[in-house]
Amino acid sequence: MSLTASSRVAKRAILARLNRVKLPPIEKETLSYPRWKTQDEQLLTQRFIAGLSANHAEVICVNSTEIAATLTQVLTSKAYKSVVLGCACDETLSDSAANECTAYHCEKGEFYAEILAGARHCDLLQFDSVVEDFKSRLFNEVDAGITHCFGGIADTGTLVLWPDRAEPRTLSLIPPCHIALIKRSTIVSNFAGMMSEQAWQEKMPTNIVLVSGPSKTADIQQTLAYGAHGPSQLIVILVEDR
Amino acid sequence: MNHSSKGPEHFHSQAKAALGDPQLRQNFRGAMDYLQDKRKSAFHDPVEEEKIRDLSEAIRQRCLSKLPQLLELLDTNCTRNGIEVHWAENSDEANDIIARIAQRHEAKLIIKGKSMVSEEIELNHEMAKLGIECLESDMGEYIVQLDGDKPSHIIMPAIHKNKQEVSDTFEHHLDNFTPTLDVDELIQTGRTRLRQKFYDADIGLSGVNFAVAETGSLCLVENEGNGRMCTTVPKVHIAITGIEKVVEFLSDVPPLYSALTRSATGQAITTYFNIISSPRKSGERDGPLEVHLVLLDNGRTQAYQDADMRKTLQCIRCGACMNHCPVYTRVGGHAYGTVYPGPIGQIISPHLMGLDKTKELVTASSFCGACAEVCPVRIPIPDILQRLRTAAKNPPEADMIPMTGQASAASTLESLAMKGFAFAATTPTLYHAGTWSATKLKGLMPDNIGPWTQCRTSPKFADNTLHQLIKTRNKKKGETS
Ligand code: SF4
Repeated sequence: MSLTASSRVAKRAILARLNRVKLPPIEKETLSYPRWKTQDEQLLTQRFIAGLSANHAEVICVNSTEIAATLTQVLTSKAYKSVVLGCACDETLSDSAANECTAYHCEKGEFYAEILAGARHCDLLQFDSVVEDFKSRLFNEVDAGITHCFGGIADTGTLVLWPDRAEPRTLSLIPPCHIALIKRSTIVSNFAGMMSEQAWQEKMPTNIVLVSGPSKTADIQQTLAYGAHGPSQLIVILVEDR
Repeated sequence: MNHSSKGPEHFHSQAKAALGDPQLRQNFRGAMDYLQDKRKSAFHDPVEEEKIRDLSEAIRQRCLSKLPQLLELLDTNCTRNGIEVHWAENSDEANDIIARIAQRHEAKLIIKGKSMVSEEIELNHEMAKLGIECLESDMGEYIVQLDGDKPSHIIMPAIHKNKQEVSDTFEHHLDNFTPTLDVDELIQTGRTRLRQKFYDADIGLSGVNFAVAETGSLCLVENEGNGRMCTTVPKVHIAITGIEKVVEFLSDVPPLYSALTRSATGQAITTYFNIISSPRKSGERDGPLEVHLVLLDNGRTQAYQDADMRKTLQCIRCGACMNHCPVYTRVGGHAYGTVYPGPIGQIISPHLMGLDKTKELVTASSFCGACAEVCPVRIPIPDILQRLRTAAKNPPEADMIPMTGQASAASTLESLAMKGFAFAATTPTLYHAGTWSATKLKGLMPDNIGPWTQCRTSPKFADNTLHQLIKTRNKKKGETS
């Protein structure tokens, strides 16, 4: 029997057993739970920074004119030599592909020029082809990956990434340090609110990742250690755009 | 030390051995105190705790009330997104599906994120038979695998080891490792060894925390980043999950996620929350080219048939019940001899393995109720255990579908004794004769009556029966008034 055939048989049998149980479907509940929320911009930013810092991320607040200089300073102080960054869609994609690309980086990832300027003294690797082409460099040579963010969640101190063609997933995963630029205006109070207000269910991309600190584990004797498999450092550049 | 056990049939002897291991008991005591404290501070507001548990329970019950429809919708939406969906009745079928995918890609190495279901089907063992290596990449699982050991907790698999023992394990199995008690160094050792494996692996395998029917998405909760590695770097990603993990709406996810992380490790949120909705799309530059979802039954539909037992399937695998169970915290996970230990293991394992194999397990509870008190989805674990005990001892009632292994713990002697007692207790002359002789012959009661007297003194019958005492008292009352 072919794989799909036996899977189809299993599917029918499982569903038949479940359907034998006649249950009145329960309608969506009206219950809710208190979610952290504020209208106060300052409080929102404070909570966002506090959450990230408590989870071992470094947060640097800048205005948009300071991005390049700050980035240079971060890279120099950490002695990072080689960085990988996304690509500006319009330069590398054909027209049709660029039209399809509705991702946030294309619309709002406006700090591309600043990133280039800030990292100009480093060895720059641009993520402009498939990962297979430079997997080995990504794994073995790169010190840091730089990305924009789709948004932020103040309640838990969380970055929301919607990786896309311009900024693939491994950019924020494989290098030992992830540097994320986030716009102050994209920070909202809580996860549930962000999801429902932006109607995520209508437009799920290939992958969404919530990041709330550098990679960590407490698997050995409940002792917290950072840099388990993902980046051991998370540096957040918070850009005041209001 | 290898703590692996011989199976749930040997619970009592395994528990006894565990109780006699001071190091093991100390490791568990420390870990459980830590996890209990963490949970407590994560739910510092009792009103909020009640509300989030009410909501989580309601969501899980709603989703289970439409389970077959939601599974079909999940299948349709995943397929539409380009995820290939497979259904498996049991471990053999699930392993077969994974083996065929692996063989199609001529895979030699599968790198694994955390997946209890893959333990359930003994994936590593089955793939090894075909010459395919499965390597665990969760730090705890990796340590446990190096030792040829099994996880002893569903969230913290290597909880039974302290750092000295981890160092010993590494020293034993890894070349060029210098023993150390520095946890950072130990973790860096694991990280370095596994990095190359993520690079080399042909297939990444993961579990699923929530499968969203509405959007055809798979959600994964983790701290280490190995889950993201497994689901992003290799060319093929296989996710495997029990059929009960489906939720109806994307909006069901945030409250369940919050209840999960806070109950499990007391975190407000984990480092990573990964939502996967499709394989690499054309034009995208990384991510797997194929994503497969394996939906496993393996006894879950049996639990679904019964209104009480169905609640078992509400579980979101947070581990809080085991962290708070006085039995688990003393004997540890291996004593249970099952993939899922502790209270959740006691109520799910009979469906996965049959009551014949697990009849000892359902008796391993003090019915203190601590598990039900912390369960974020309010599974009434003690009540379900009562039901399972009854099912282990008695044949099904007329309108019920028998469980696998039903009545396998029935004892003729015990049921005869019970029947005899029932007859005597309802026949006044016999009853009086019995109690009269018990009080008169109390001196003949042996001091040793089996397990009862292992840690208790043997009970003695009173000089007079209750009937006699009341009679005397009433007589006295009559005299004084
Ligand atoms: S039964 Fe409840 S407490 Fe235990 S693992 Fe499942 S959800 Fe958590």
